[in-house]
Amino acid sequence: MTRRLLQSKFLSHYVRDRSAVVGSVILLIVLLGAIFAPLIAPQNPYDPRTLSLQDSLKPPIWMEGGQAPFLLGTDDQGRDILSTILYGCRTSFLVGFSVILIAGTIGVTVGLLAAFYSGILDAVTMRIADTFFSFSTTLMAMLLLGIFKGGGIPLVILAIVIADWVRYARTMRGSVLGVKEDDYVQAARACGGSNLRIMIRHILPNAIPPILVVAAVDFGAVVMLEATLSFLGVGVPINKPSLGMMISLGKNYIYAGKWWLTIFPGAALISIVLGINLLADWLREEINPKLKKR
Amino acid sequence: MFAYIVRRIAQSFIVLLAVSLICFAIFQFMGDPVLTLAGRYATQEQQEMVRRSLGLDKPFYTQYLAFLGNAAHGDFGLSYVTQVPVLRLIFERLPASIELAVTAMFLSLFLGIALGVVSSLKPHSPGSRVIMTGSLFGISLPTFLVGILLILIFAVLLRVLPPFGRGRVVKVVGNWRTGFLTIDGLRHLILPALTLGMYQLAVLLRLTRGGMLEALQEDYTRTAWAKGLSQRIVMFKHALRNVLIPVVTIAGLQMGELIAFSIVTESIFQWPGSGNLLLTSIYETDHPVIVAYVMITALIVLTINIFIDILYGILNPKISYD
Repeated sequence: MTRRLLQSKFLSHYVRDRSAVVGSVILLIVLLGAIFAPLIAPQNPYDPRTLSLQDSLKPPIWMEGGQAPFLLGTDDQGRDILSTILYGCRTSFLVGFSVILIAGTIGVTVGLLAAFYSGILDAVTMRIADTFFSFSTTLMAMLLLGIFKGGGIPLVILAIVIADWVRYARTMRGSVLGVKEDDYVQAARACGGSNLRIMIRHILPNAIPPILVVAAVDFGAVVMLEATLSFLGVGVPINKPSLGMMISLGKNYIYAGKWWLTIFPGAALISIVLGINLLADWLREEINPKLKKR
Repeated sequence: MFAYIVRRIAQSFIVLLAVSLICFAIFQFMGDPVLTLAGRYATQEQQEMVRRSLGLDKPFYTQYLAFLGNAAHGDFGLSYVTQVPVLRLIFERLPASIELAVTAMFLSLFLGIALGVVSSLKPHSPGSRVIMTGSLFGISLPTFLVGILLILIFAVLLRVLPPFGRGRVVKVVGNWRTGFLTIDGLRHLILPALTLGMYQLAVLLRLTRGGMLEALQEDYTRTAWAKGLSQRIVMFKHALRNVLIPVVTIAGLQMGELIAFSIVTESIFQWPGSGNLLLTSIYETDHPVIVAYVMITALIVLTINIFIDILYGILNPKISYD
């Protein structure tokens, strides 16, 4: 099994694609940092007992006035920037994974059913999808959160899911329409397979690859969206860590030359999104060889 | 063609109705503006008075029908907070938003397509690699971060461009004050327009490049080269023309996103536009403003999409709407 995997084209292409490797290494580092944040962060920035206003607005350690253990400096509450970033990345990953799992499941199911049964079901769902699509995901999530104020991280996830599932439904529908009439589906039907069995055993595995690409790209978009919403003050509540909120706070200090409040969380955010986008590029080429780099 | 356009307009109208109904329903059941407006310490009677004065005591369908009737006459009611007609509030700020969005749109279309074509000519040259790396950052940077980085570089460190506001504006007609006609206004426009256009620019660039690389391998381009046509004609008349269709589609689909991102951009640069108004209204639970903003946005997006469908027909004679 392992040998087959090692010899497969999939893996050898991956190893040869330098940007995919770089992307996954960046992503892995940030992910590990986020998972083990409570163990490696020098401070728990959301435990008020560990904070001291005397430590506020310290620059990074290599600059004049920098102070251990605040490697990347502190913010106006005396929170260690590095620790806050690690905890903020946890929120980013939590929101990102939850949204693509939930929105993906809903979208794939709806798209599969709509394309398989076509007719009225298809027409209705696709009109709904069109209506959703003519609005932007960002605007819709912003409005939903503006209306249902103060619901915490689960509400942020829910709002993004509501605005975002259409993307998956559309892709899945297109993909299913492409394989629905293939010979193996006809064969399965001729053998007397039930609709459910045909959908799950035969159509789903063949129609799912484009969804993987959409999910990868979408993960980056969702992480950016959460940061944007929190930046605008309608996302994650103020007592929860978020990269977007850190940047929004740091914005007040850029004119005073205190750049570390903004630049470091910004860099963490870019790393996550850049990492996943590099991986997504590779995945897209792998799944659609027509796009191969020339 | 004519029948098609009429059908599209009818469909758009239904979408608008659906949007208004959904907006109205959500506001009906979520968040009570009376609590916000009457203040936390208002007595029961004071709250009731506010409720009655806003017409919020009537049943849902009466309120909705009244709203629709008024909206058809261009009346979206008064803002809860400022007691000014909502439409006037939005229209006062719309010119600033439109100027910003249009500039960003042109910037991203022009630069995106131009750089995409350039980087497809010699895909492996150092210049193309720089462009592609730049575009990767362009799609990986959220709008608000782009804005802050631009402010940090050009306004704080280099001190060459203003960090916020719209600068000097001059009155053109009616309510329309423009920043296009003064040097100061143009200087204030550069950073916000770049911020707003950056993501689109990167997306269109990558799309154009991908399409051009594919189109340049096709038989018809090979034929064009073989006929001895100049590079300019082959690139623009044969290859680019076929690439423009998906590019225009995506640019159209991104219109909604452009409006959403303009809210973020306006908030960062304290741009006195309608996006900033929406954010304030969200914070203040000013429902009539939010509903009117959403309806106007939907109207703009739907109109642009109809125009894009018509543009298809011009770009590709094979498409006919019968």
